[in-house]
Amino acid sequence: MSNIAIRVEDLGKRYRIGALAQRNDTLRDQLVDVGGRIVRRLRRRVDSTEQAASTLWALRHVSFEVERGQVLGVIGRNGAGKSTLLKILSRITDPTEGRVTIRGRVGSLLEVGTGFHPELTGRENIYLNGAILGMKRSEIERKFDEIVAFSEVEQFIDTPVKRYSSGMYLRLAFAVAAHLEPEILVVDEVLAVGDAEFQKKCLGKMGDVAQQGRTVLFVSHNMSAILRLTQETIVLDKGSLVLRAASPEAVDYYLSAGHARAGERLWEADEIPPEAAPFRPIALRLRDRRGAVVDTVRSVESFTVEVEYRLTAPLTGLRIGLYLYTGRGEPVFTSFDTDEAAMFEQHTDRPAGHYLSRCVIPADLLNQGRYTLGINASSYHIKRYFEDDQALDFNVDPAGAPGMHWAENRQGVVRPRLDWQIERLA
Amino acid sequence: MSLKVVSRNENDTIVLQPARGWAGLNLRDLWKYRELIYFLTWRDIKVRYKQALLGVAWAILQPILTMVIFSVILGYLLNVPTDNGVPYPVFSFVALLPWQLFANALQRTSASLVGNANLLTKVYFPRLVIPVSAVGAGLVDFAISFLVLIGLMLFYRIQPTWNILWLPLLVLLALLTAIAVGLWLSALNVQYRDVQHMVPFVIQAWFYASPVVYSASIIPSAKWQLVYALNPMAGVIQGFRWALLGTQAPDASLAVSSAVVVVLLISGLFFFKRMERTFADIV
Repeated sequence: MSNIAIRVEDLGKRYRIGALAQRNDTLRDQLVDVGGRIVRRLRRRVDSTEQAASTLWALRHVSFEVERGQVLGVIGRNGAGKSTLLKILSRITDPTEGRVTIRGRVGSLLEVGTGFHPELTGRENIYLNGAILGMKRSEIERKFDEIVAFSEVEQFIDTPVKRYSSGMYLRLAFAVAAHLEPEILVVDEVLAVGDAEFQKKCLGKMGDVAQQGRTVLFVSHNMSAILRLTQETIVLDKGSLVLRAASPEAVDYYLSAGHARAGERLWEADEIPPEAAPFRPIALRLRDRRGAVVDTVRSVESFTVEVEYRLTAPLTGLRIGLYLYTGRGEPVFTSFDTDEAAMFEQHTDRPAGHYLSRCVIPADLLNQGRYTLGINASSYHIKRYFEDDQALDFNVDPAGAPGMHWAENRQGVVRPRLDWQIERLA
Repeated sequence: MSLKVVSRNENDTIVLQPARGWAGLNLRDLWKYRELIYFLTWRDIKVRYKQALLGVAWAILQPILTMVIFSVILGYLLNVPTDNGVPYPVFSFVALLPWQLFANALQRTSASLVGNANLLTKVYFPRLVIPVSAVGAGLVDFAISFLVLIGLMLFYRIQPTWNILWLPLLVLLALLTAIAVGLWLSALNVQYRDVQHMVPFVIQAWFYASPVVYSASIIPSAKWQLVYALNPMAGVIQGFRWALLGTQAPDASLAVSSAVVVVLLISGLFFFKRMERTFADIV
């Protein structure tokens, strides 16, 4: 045991779906809910299926060990249980079953800038944030200059952070976090922020941490970062640990069709506003080249976006719009299913029925990162039936993209494969 | 969190497993995080006085204006009797000091967990840190108002008694009362947001149940005095008048009040510990 830093045994975490989706925010709701439950109970016996439906195992039967000094990667699609695992390990939430044994001081970075107060200056926030992350005051004082230097905001250190640009804010926040020196570090995706230059610096700092022989649990959607920083990786899927392997193997497994599922947004009846009629969205899906529904696509492969919907009455002039945004909300493109004049002519009148509008996003278009898809259904200048700006999140993985032999982040939203020529002129 | 720390030796081994039933208080963990309590209190004070002039002015104006209103309506128009014939303005101001300290602390404590939800869901620290650090910020206002009180006593030529040395303990009792009740309310507020609508009403009712605008001596018999002292603020406020104005000593009342605070505090701590394991999931 002496060489094991983290031992996870048969760990499980159950959430009540009631507590997640329809929280009882007020006593009145709670009373109404209790009333409803009693009535339901009187009507028919609560069967086990109903009970199972009201709870969700975010994590179940997960066991693994992390050796002292090991950097272990954790990957999995959205909702696979990664965040829940980190929350349990960082003691934010209790496990429902199983146990975890941790040897050493744990520092967790589930977010940078936790507790930053906009009215306080950079200097004040360094102290506050440091204390929140568990640093001693003397420790913060000792590292203060280093933190400021790393953040590159020296000139503004006595300015309230509300006047900072978002880049400065993130740099300062990460700088504090990066100087945390626990024996065990639990990191979630914090590197997904900031500009490419700063991301590089952060990755470098993470690499240093790993070099110093500290135990790190590193969760990321960024496969290149996983490959660079970890030797071994575990893959989570639907709350279970499905694979533990050398990182290249784990990343391959994850990216291969079928295990990066969930790139799907389904609309329930109660999520659709009545004004949407006669349009009824059913699903928005992302499919890879092989047709599997995925939440991570490869930059070097084309993929398909499909919108499934029903029209309960005929509509004239309907167009289904697709909006692509970066993870930070900057628009990338907008496209409609009847953008081509010929398509518009052909589908001007759509009778009632069940439809699928789909398009192919070409290969070698998007750079690595997180993206958000929004959809909209409208008749130009007549009515907007339905709109969901943030219907589906997905990731683009750069493996195999141009320039991957250089371990650096590429700026920009697109990552085209350009036809370069090199001529020797003299 | 209510994580059961089964063993914690020099190697800092922590065992996390489902905790059932009533958890131990583990106040040692709270002590380890005393610097965080300090920094969160310091944050609240900094933010409160960031627009400096206005902030300090309010800390002075609010109790003075309240005292003026009470003096005109209750002291002058309704002629409410005071103890030992103390002028009504001083009589009410002496009571307003601990009352406002308490009311302010209770309000902040009750809202503290929900107000710091972003911390609860992102970082581990003993959850008790949050309500405990919410009470301290009011002490600055209290200190400023206290200067006003000194001025007022000089004006009316009232000499404080040596019992003034007991004031820190009385202040502590007021703060402990606020923490004790705040532990219950803040934990309930995480689950039921109605609580935050209830708090102003609770404070208002509590105000009338405390001898701020009237003298506790209007309570008829000694027996009822003790029942009255079940409200800890009754003991605190009588104590303040005794220490500063030399009115009758509230010995028995203070003993009852202190006992009530201890019971409230311990039960509040256990209740909080029991509730805290779900804070991050439902806040």
